[in-house]
Amino acid sequence: MKRLSLTPYLIWMVLFTVVPMLLVLYYAFTVPTEGGVTWSLQNFARFFEPIYLRVFLRSLYLAVISTGICLLLGYPAAMVMAGNAFKRKHVVMLLFVVPMWMNFLLRTYAWLTILERNGFINALLGFFNLPRLNILYTNTAVVLGMVYNFLPFMVLPIYSVLSKIDKGVVEAAGDLGANPFQVFMKVILPLSMPGVVSGITMVFMPAMTTFVISRLLGGGQFTLIGNLIEQQFLVVGDWGFGSAISVVMIVVILLSMAVMSFFEGEEKDVALW
Amino acid sequence: MVRILKRTYIYLIFAFLYLPIAVLMVYSFNDARSRGMWGGFTLRWYVELFQDRTIMHSLYSTLIIGISSAVIATIIGTFAAIGIHNTRGVPKKLIMNVTYLPVLNPEIVTAISLMLLFVFSKVRFGYLTLLLSHITFNVPYVILSVLPKLRQLNKHLYEAALDLGCTPLQALWKVIIPEIMPGIITGLLLAFTLSIDDFVVSFFTTGSGVSTLSITVYSMARRGINPKINALSTIMFTFVLALLIIVNVRQAREERKERNGRRVPKKDSPYDPRFGSA
Repeated sequence: MKRLSLTPYLIWMVLFTVVPMLLVLYYAFTVPTEGGVTWSLQNFARFFEPIYLRVFLRSLYLAVISTGICLLLGYPAAMVMAGNAFKRKHVVMLLFVVPMWMNFLLRTYAWLTILERNGFINALLGFFNLPRLNILYTNTAVVLGMVYNFLPFMVLPIYSVLSKIDKGVVEAAGDLGANPFQVFMKVILPLSMPGVVSGITMVFMPAMTTFVISRLLGGGQFTLIGNLIEQQFLVVGDWGFGSAISVVMIVVILLSMAVMSFFEGEEKDVALW
Repeated sequence: MVRILKRTYIYLIFAFLYLPIAVLMVYSFNDARSRGMWGGFTLRWYVELFQDRTIMHSLYSTLIIGISSAVIATIIGTFAAIGIHNTRGVPKKLIMNVTYLPVLNPEIVTAISLMLLFVFSKVRFGYLTLLLSHITFNVPYVILSVLPKLRQLNKHLYEAALDLGCTPLQALWKVIIPEIMPGIITGLLLAFTLSIDDFVVSFFTTGSGVSTLSITVYSMARRGINPKINALSTIMFTFVLALLIIVNVRQAREERKERNGRRVPKKDSPYDPRFGSA
């Protein structure tokens, strides 16, 4: 019975997860020649041309900035929500996740309405006779869109770790003479590290690979690595190069996850002591 | 004093999260096409929304794909979870790692890999490819919802059922499945919402003529602001809000009942931010 129940999934998994990934690798490491295809690293070499390298660095830069802002905004928010500032924590958390239930596209589109030349912000500024802002189609708009969409991914893991911290440990630190700042730096922050790590990964990954936010809020010419992949597949038709970029993305993300889990592991060891 | 500061901070974050939605909702009743000014109250955009055949058709496709992919993924995923639960050692590790692959991969990579597969196998892009792709990214979430329930299950329940004369199939159907039902339902709902929310995978695996709501919104938004989308957002947000309130009121009522009656083991659900913290 055990075999029987697993078989459909195994077939599915091989057909729709393993084979497609192998296809990506195949396209990434081959180039078409007159007779057929040959194995080559040419697609990867192209990635290191200055234009594409610049796109990669810009994606990295914007993803790091957005992740940083999410952490700066999200950590205090998670701390307040895990603390006792609100009587009905449950309701506060619910209010926090409700916007996430709306379609991702519609949420991003909403910012279009706000940032537009004749949009909400400029109407507001105009009302007070202030100069107009042109944020739409700039880096700022893209970062704003990322922070807006991914902030909950930062707050929720941190919140769930913080709310599980034993209050006794915090009180003990206070009793042993630590001031609130020391309590935070030496007790709360180290204990919440696993949440921070998973928050950072959960924001950094989608921020690095998005192509929707950059297209809608960054405008047509704005290119991030996600847009580059999309173009190779849907516009240019260079699947080899597109696959190579995808492979690079996977490697970058695996590396960042390894680095993050290294930090997490280190903290766990400390916590064990 | 500190408490007021803390609360204010959270209210500011909420303002940031809700402002765009509020602005969309207000503008959906605005009788001027230009956003800068208020041209009076109107329901015109709602009427036009329901007359727009592209939007209505993509709404229909979204629901069809969402429901069918969620149901199929739940069936495959539930059986897979039962199988994985009874597997040990290296095969189990291998299967779990491949299961995590679509969860961990960037969406765009999953999308292009499936697109390559469909091109390679010469399937016509359309409903079928959409459905297959959605099932593919949904199954892991179902497995991850059902597995914890199986771990909580008393090992001897199944044996007891067999001893009492059940055939293995009956034991599965009458004992195991009812016990892990909460996990199955969570998986089903999760799969449905993921499918409805998906844009990237759909965008790469759909064919001409078939478009989900996300794809339609994307192509409309690229051409600029469209008041019909505002109306659509308002309806969807209200719908989601109503659904969440109903679910929560029901949950709170059940919890109260349980607290008054017997003690029940704490439910645990797979981690997904959309379901709040467990």
